[in-house]
Amino acid sequence: MSDIKLAEAPAGIEGSGFFATSLEKVIGLARANSLWPLPFATSCCGIEFMATMGAHYDLARFGSERPSFSPRQADMLLVMGTIAKKMAPVLRQVYIQMAEPRWVIAVGACATSGGIFDTYSVLQGIDEVIPVDVYVPGCPPRPEAILSGVLRLQELVKTEPLRRRNQPEYKELLNKYGIQ
Amino acid sequence: MGKISNQVVLQKLSARFGTKILLSSEPQGLLTIEAGRNDILEILTFLKEDGELNFNFLTDITGIHYPERELPIGVIYHLHSFRNNVRIRIKVFLEDQNPSIPTATGLWHGANWMERETYDFFGVNFEGHPDLRRILNVDDMTVFPMRKEFPLEDPNRADKKDFYFGR
Repeated sequence: MSDIKLAEAPAGIEGSGFFATSLEKVIGLARANSLWPLPFATSCCGIEFMATMGAHYDLARFGSERPSFSPRQADMLLVMGTIAKKMAPVLRQVYIQMAEPRWVIAVGACATSGGIFDTYSVLQGIDEVIPVDVYVPGCPPRPEAILSGVLRLQELVKTEPLRRRNQPEYKELLNKYGIQ
Repeated sequence: MGKISNQVVLQKLSARFGTKILLSSEPQGLLTIEAGRNDILEILTFLKEDGELNFNFLTDITGIHYPERELPIGVIYHLHSFRNNVRIRIKVFLEDQNPSIPTATGLWHGANWMERETYDFFGVNFEGHPDLRRILNVDDMTVFPMRKEFPLEDPNRADKKDFYFGR
């Protein structure tokens, strides 16, 4: 008996030689178990993320084997660290350059709310410039917390309707941020 | 200890400039003088080019804001003489409506970025500066954030309100 764990099959109708389920669930399963991260690390949370990617915590277990430091083929933007107002347009550009479907995790107090830096020069939370799916609390969060955030996001991705990104609500959300 | 004492530096300055040196003191052993806007360039030039004093290194230019004073905006120069291992600090105070002062970029090229920073945070206009624009803050900022009238904290944040903490 090996220790290898497979992702659980979605709910469906099983018989001899066939298995029927909805396409949405299959695609959700595939997406959720291969979220390719784009780490946008500016401060200490970035160091915690390095530990998360390392051998001990091993983010690769969750299908996030390839951190791409480019928007190409990345699904999951992890913003880790203080984002100064001067950095905000850069972050926005990186987000815009990512292809749909894309998800965002704000890791740590600074990315979620500006943290202790309640100052004129610091963006008070990245949700002022881009939409955020999961917030990870902590200052900095331990690698377990970052993993927990990724698992939360996997739950979101698994259950996301295929048509969500074409719906007017989603368009409206992006318009609120002035994207497209 | 430097090779020449603060007294010697002060004597040389007084002999040359007399009443143009408005104030002098030695907090923590650092010779500090105050001067007027019109004399600052002359004083800096003298300190830099005098053969004995030789304050050849510009450590820093920065600003300060005392809102209660008659001349609230200060520009502060720190000079260091490598040869004598002596430091001096020169303060110039200006009004807060469009404060302006001659640039020191003619003496030290290093003054360029220091003056840009002082302009960025205190709004001091350095006359004759080759490229006076913001250096650290975003370009479209309209305020000078290190001035005391500028609110430091973001007004939109509600998470630090006292009642959340039972205060």
